[in-house]
Amino acid sequence: MQAVNTPIQKNEKLNANTNGTDQKKTSTDEMNNSAAKVGKTVGKPFATNPKMTMRNVDVFYGDKQAIHDVSLDIGKNEVVAMIGPSGCGKSTFLRCLNRMNDTIEICQVKGEIKLEEMDVYHPKQDVVPLRARVGIVFQKPNPFPKSIYDNVAYGPRIHGLVERKTDLDEIVEKSLRRASLWEEVKDRLHAPGTGLSGGQQQRLCIARTIAVSPEVILMDEPCSALDPIATAKIEELITELSEKFTIAIVTHSMQQAARVSHRTAYFHMGKLVEVNDTKRVFTNPEHELTEAYITGRFG
Amino acid sequence: MTNSNQALSTAEKVNQSLQKRYRAEKRFKAYGIGAIAFGLLCLVVLFTDIISKGHSAFFQTYVKLEITFDPVEMGLDDPSDTKQLAMADFDSIIRNALKEQFPEASGRRDRRALYAIVSNGASFTLREQLKDDPALLNQTVSVWMLADDDIDTYVKNREDADGETFAGRISEKQMGWVNTLIENNQIESRFNTTFFSSGDSREPEQAGILGALMGSLLTLFVTILLSFPIGVAAAVYLEEYAPQNKFTDFIEVNINNLAAVPSIIFGLLGLAIFIGFFEMQRSLPLVGGLVLTLMTLPTIIISSRAAIKAVPPSVRDAALGLGASKMQMVLHHVIPLAMPGMLTGAIIGFAQALGETAPLLMIGMVAFVVDIPGAITDPSTALPVQIFLWSDSPERAFVERTSAAIMVLLAVLISMNTLAIWLRRRLERRW
Amino acid sequence: MDFSQIFMVMAATIAMTFFLGRFRALKLGQTVGGRKSLNSLPTYYGSLMAMWCGIPCLILFALWMMFDDVIISQAIMQELPQAVLELPASERGLIFNMVSNIAENGATAGSEPYMISAADRLQSLRETSQLTLIACLASMFLLILATVWARMSAQTRARTHVEGGFKWVLLICASIAIFTTAGIVFSVLFESIRFFQSVPITEFLFGLEWSPQMAIRSDQVGGSGAFGAVPLFAGTLLISLIAMVIAVPAGLMAAIYLSEYARPAVRSTVKPLLEVLAGIPTVVYGFFAALTVAPFIRDTGGLIGLSVSSESALAAGLVMGIMIIPFVSSLSDDVINAVPQSLRDGAYGLGATRSETIKQVVIPAALPGIVGGILLAVSRAIGETMIVVMAAGLAANLTANPLESVTTVTVQIVTLLVGDQEFNSPKTLSAFALGLMLFTITLVLNYIALLVVKKYREQYE
Repeated sequence: MQAVNTPIQKNEKLNANTNGTDQKKTSTDEMNNSAAKVGKTVGKPFATNPKMTMRNVDVFYGDKQAIHDVSLDIGKNEVVAMIGPSGCGKSTFLRCLNRMNDTIEICQVKGEIKLEEMDVYHPKQDVVPLRARVGIVFQKPNPFPKSIYDNVAYGPRIHGLVERKTDLDEIVEKSLRRASLWEEVKDRLHAPGTGLSGGQQQRLCIARTIAVSPEVILMDEPCSALDPIATAKIEELITELSEKFTIAIVTHSMQQAARVSHRTAYFHMGKLVEVNDTKRVFTNPEHELTEAYITGRFG
Repeated sequence: MTNSNQALSTAEKVNQSLQKRYRAEKRFKAYGIGAIAFGLLCLVVLFTDIISKGHSAFFQTYVKLEITFDPVEMGLDDPSDTKQLAMADFDSIIRNALKEQFPEASGRRDRRALYAIVSNGASFTLREQLKDDPALLNQTVSVWMLADDDIDTYVKNREDADGETFAGRISEKQMGWVNTLIENNQIESRFNTTFFSSGDSREPEQAGILGALMGSLLTLFVTILLSFPIGVAAAVYLEEYAPQNKFTDFIEVNINNLAAVPSIIFGLLGLAIFIGFFEMQRSLPLVGGLVLTLMTLPTIIISSRAAIKAVPPSVRDAALGLGASKMQMVLHHVIPLAMPGMLTGAIIGFAQALGETAPLLMIGMVAFVVDIPGAITDPSTALPVQIFLWSDSPERAFVERTSAAIMVLLAVLISMNTLAIWLRRRLERRW
Repeated sequence: MDFSQIFMVMAATIAMTFFLGRFRALKLGQTVGGRKSLNSLPTYYGSLMAMWCGIPCLILFALWMMFDDVIISQAIMQELPQAVLELPASERGLIFNMVSNIAENGATAGSEPYMISAADRLQSLRETSQLTLIACLASMFLLILATVWARMSAQTRARTHVEGGFKWVLLICASIAIFTTAGIVFSVLFESIRFFQSVPITEFLFGLEWSPQMAIRSDQVGGSGAFGAVPLFAGTLLISLIAMVIAVPAGLMAAIYLSEYARPAVRSTVKPLLEVLAGIPTVVYGFFAALTVAPFIRDTGGLIGLSVSSESALAAGLVMGIMIIPFVSSLSDDVINAVPQSLRDGAYGLGATRSETIKQVVIPAALPGIVGGILLAVSRAIGETMIVVMAAGLAANLTANPLESVTTVTVQIVTLLVGDQEFNSPKTLSAFALGLMLFTITLVLNYIALLVVKKYREQYE
């Protein structure tokens, strides 16, 4: 495992470390073997009009390195999908973008992550305004055990976005409409959010996130706990939302990535292997590992 | 062929020892049932013993006498004058009433025995009566008065001991008088309001638990006020904020050890620190509450931590993901969701504190306090300590009252625990 | 106006500053374009202002409360007549008490003229002290308020500051456990050291005679007092042993039956019933032991010709055992349930009966946990106070006969410290030495027990 990080190190280190790679080549595991093939990220990781820029990001859990030297841009109003086998670090990377990893004490992030001009990991950067600008939707729908209304109103309340109750009502309605949940819940806004179905709960979580009017929305496998019909609704929603928001979505469903995203990033064992336009990734991948993954050889 | 033979012999061997093994099994099971039966039997015996001793204390014997409010005897001419009322001699009119009814008591000793039928607290009843209704002066009315505890004991127990007459501590003559009173319907057993409405007294018939109960409540009030917020805050710190380091470990070791330190040690702490060092007064509910706070804190911290742990991480993620700060996450989500669990643990802790005696002995809450305390800085005692104090008194009437006080204490504790269980069932969320 | 009133007024004023801060934030918001352009919510500005104004005032108030009395009484003492100053410390204390009594309740018949003048002086000093305090508090408050008011801006990171304060408060609350332990250690240690200055530690630990009654007059008989604690330890051990003999088998078997045999319905009724035993206050057990069990044992013993003391160790131990049954059973229940089902299945699969599985597989696997639980129970028995105070004796007999009366460490602590006592006599101090012993023993037992249980849990996690 240690040896695999050598190829993407800086060039001057490359030669010094190749010996180590050679020694470890005896490993029979296909994954480990293939990992050695990861070189520098191929494709187009950079955007012309970037909203968020990540440069040389390394993430460590204690001594273990989970993300190796990832550089990527997310363009304005773009949907970027992150795919890859489980444990490849895509969720870890996503959670770095609004510092949700701060809750894990042993997690350490190196490199540069910027939201426009704001340095996300600057020691003096407060996470609260950051998270107001970069919202997140989680894998499992996690509404607060409060009413639907209070769920959506929570963000605007804590951030002091409104001064009057009527403004708040307006935001709640607008967010629920945008999450295409309004018609289903408008008569029971004060019923508990936990009483909704799984798909509705997830849309409620999305409404809750957009109520704060973030600039970027991170989605961490938002449909993995949902049935196909609910999934379709959420996907439709993502497409609509991309008109107004910048979205980064982690998914383990390649079809989903193909349906909703503009660009797709393929992660493998903590490294970013390939980033390309979604069409290109699924029809004519540049890297052999990407091809192996999308054709189902592992994952 | 050999195979099946062997199999058969194994089965045979097993069968041979089978009966013995099943007997051992039955014996073992019987031990288990026996152990449980023993535990339950102890519980039943304990409760029966307490209730059989204590139930009679809820009733009190009263004696009806024809009292003449004679101004000369009392040395009082104006009942509206509080000073005169305070000085007036009501004992003498009670004595007169008794003498009138039983003129045969003539000697000094007989007279004294006769007067002992009525409690010496009865004069207060008369004073109150006259104060409320000054027109009673010079009138003769029949008044129900508190009987002395020995008479009370005799009246309550005379029929109990099968066939044999029970005398208790009263003399034969007194027994005769009391029997006459009973025949004349001048003796009545009534619900014992004194027991619930007065403080401690040297006379069993005038002693009540209100003072001790108030002391206990005041002490508990201080304990709740301090230990719950501090305990919850400590639990929040340890679960949500504490970094993993030596200092945090040290705090945890301390909490776990304090949870098992004998309560009397906390009493020594209170005596040396609060009374010795800070020079607070003895016998105050304030000091008692402080000591019990330190004693219950570990329990509350441990149960609150469990409740906080039970709040799923997804709720924390949701709050943080929206940009709530850690403090907002804790105050808006974690604490409200953990509250039922924390309350359940805390109520159980408070029930323990309410039943605690030893540390209160150390800080001097064992004084003989007649007045009913009204503030946390009034000297007072506590219900368990009152039980301890009364259990030392030889009078049968005090044994009865001790048991009754225990019944009250147990009733309070059982209702607190029931409340805790109800809260847990009703409010606790399963994730 | 007394201190509690000053405190009330101060608390109310500090609460008011919250609204002032909020108001200030809203005003600031107006100048920079609405509430939204503030760094934090207005409530945080309010909390910040209350925090800044409140904490210094509270600290000043607390310090004043701590030192005010000491300084004033020093001043008064210095002004007392020479004759009084030469009296021993305890008598001077009494005189000072009389003076403060006069100051509060007025002169009585026994008051000396110098006392009345001292009381007047005390009264005036107290008033001055309060006035000074009010003045200090008010000026400090106003000063801070003005500064904070002036320096507060729309960019002030109010939320960050408030959250920092919040975290500190939580940390202090969590540290109270440390302070408590330290308080216990210091309170028993200091007094014990003073005790060991007058009584050698070897005599205390190995002496066979305990009679702490010091003579009040030197000519009294047996006045020297003996502080050999061995009989107390022996008595404690005897009673704890009896308790464990009752509680361990009963508690363990009950736990085994409930977790391995009983139907869920039985389990869910019997378990809480047994736990009622644990919730009964110890003073109730003490009453039960002293008034019911002890006479019963004495009478039964009398019937079969044994002479039983009415404060026999047996009665106290028996009742203590009953009290500890639910403790042992719930701890054992936990560890037995932690034994993985797979171990049981292994034994059942070989055709073992239930009792064989329990005896040969479950119990050996759970043994460390059970031992840990028993150690905790022992520590509880040793530290138990009320049962022994009410049912065991006072005389320190060195005996192993459970029918005789023995005394325990806790009984002696209570007897020595209940009621009025002077802080300096070895008699009083010996109670703290006993407390130190008790604390050390229980601490060691708890520590070992918790360690054993923790190791055991890790094994199956």
